Amino acid sequence: MLEVKSLQVSYGAINALDGISLSVKPGAIVTLIGSNGAGKTTTLKAISGLLRTQAGSIAYDGQDITNLPPHQIVKLGISHVPEGRMIFANLTVHENLMMGAYLQKDRHVIHGELELVFATFPRLKERGKQIAGTLSGGEQQMLAIGRALMGKPKFLMLDEPSLGLAPLLVKTIFEKIVEINHQHGITILLVEQNANLAFEISQYGYVLETGRIILQNESKLLRQNPQVRSAYLGA
Amino acid sequence: MDNAAKRFLFAAVALAVIVSLCSSYFNRYYLGVAIDVGINVILAVSLNLINGHTGQFSLGHAGFMAVGGYTTAKFALLLQGQLPPWAQPLIFVAGLLLGGSMAAVAGLAVGVPTLRLKGDYLAIVTLGFGEIIRVIFQTTEAFGAATGLTGIPHWTNFAWTWSCAALTVFVVACLVNSTYGRGFIAVHDDEVAAGAMGINPVRYKITAFVIGAFFAGVAGGLYAHHKQFLSPGGFDFLKSIDIVVMVILGGMGRTVGVIIAAVLLTILPEALRGFAGYRMILYSLLIIILMLTRPQGLFTFGRAAQRKV
Repeated sequence: MLEVKSLQVSYGAINALDGISLSVKPGAIVTLIGSNGAGKTTTLKAISGLLRTQAGSIAYDGQDITNLPPHQIVKLGISHVPEGRMIFANLTVHENLMMGAYLQKDRHVIHGELELVFATFPRLKERGKQIAGTLSGGEQQMLAIGRALMGKPKFLMLDEPSLGLAPLLVKTIFEKIVEINHQHGITILLVEQNANLAFEISQYGYVLETGRIILQNESKLLRQNPQVRSAYLGA
Repeated sequence: MDNAAKRFLFAAVALAVIVSLCSSYFNRYYLGVAIDVGINVILAVSLNLINGHTGQFSLGHAGFMAVGGYTTAKFALLLQGQLPPWAQPLIFVAGLLLGGSMAAVAGLAVGVPTLRLKGDYLAIVTLGFGEIIRVIFQTTEAFGAATGLTGIPHWTNFAWTWSCAALTVFVVACLVNSTYGRGFIAVHDDEVAAGAMGINPVRYKITAFVIGAFFAGVAGGLYAHHKQFLSPGGFDFLKSIDIVVMVILGGMGRTVGVIIAAVLLTILPEALRGFAGYRMILYSLLIIILMLTRPQGLFTFGRAAQRKV
């Protein structure tokens, strides 16, 4: 579904991504883990067109999308839930969700998506008219994911959905991610620092370190890898 | 909401016309101040679209006002003697539209190359741009150079000014509350997230600049036909700062608050005339106190209340 080849991205003189390659199969949950500054967020931003790449290629469903503008990439069915929740704080919950369907003009489709989002996150329905900036952290994360779902994506990229959330909420959010994957049939690329949980729900994983992929394997095997265990799982 | 907004527009225009018809009963000085207030409302509400709703810090609003003012005035001066008297309102309206359009073109010209800049950098560039416009008028003989344009016909009255003000409020409020227009607030809240939704932030910023500049140009045209005299000094960056202060004091992105602030900040210096030399000191002190006590803006009603406009 997604094929990234020798991707290179730099911020000025600094190479953030030094030729990484990864692939995501349809219907899968694939995770990308790594410490701060490894290049996880940069990878997602490059895929969604928010950053320009210097070299390498990104293909989606066989189509080359390298350096396409973000709105065209969204149109192809790729949604990005940015790090740190980044909801529109001055808009209501409902308006935030509507912004997610910005490129969708068909009212029936929008309405259907809204129902699906509310079915997944009933809390968002209760809070429809509330200004999004006043939601709790967990609710904001739900809103950020819900907003991305409004775009009717086939491929969803989540950037550290567990960031700054209480452990119990993290668990809820991860259950929802699995639900979105299973019930909506949406392929997911998950960036996480919480490697334990990420490996638990994903089928395949990549370990990123200073702009390079140092390990890749099936998640259950990565979990047992001594190198991964000592560096990321605290064992 | 749409119907309420339309009713607001018609009511405001009708009121402006009625007041204008009775204008001979009012004190000329008060009427003049009321027109100043209306012009400042247009300026503040249009700048609020750029600075408040879309979150771009522009310091060049006086520049757009100057483009509109000079265009409208020059247009009137060229055509004035050549058309019969009944054509006057037509010349005026055409002049205002032309002035607004020229200002919008200027907004586009400054917007396209600079809107990739953010925050302070954008403020500095727009400040420079405003000064460039002023200097161009100051050195162009056709626009009266340093002496300015004189003999501009006195066509601006209460009805024109407040109808334009009502129209500005109507357009900005309807725009921001539409599905398309919520993009402005989205760009303001988070550009990256807006981009990830498929919104093109650069296009929204340019749109805000063009629409904001258009109304600033209209305000400039009204100003020209109100004062009957234009000098480049009236459009220096202090004028831009005045408008920015109205927006900040009223509460960024709060249309009602910004209108009230524009009214207050226009009347205040007039009301303080009794203090003669200390007037501007008092005015500045009041602004400092207001900012210290209400940094979020004076009139920040909930968005629900704001939407009734």
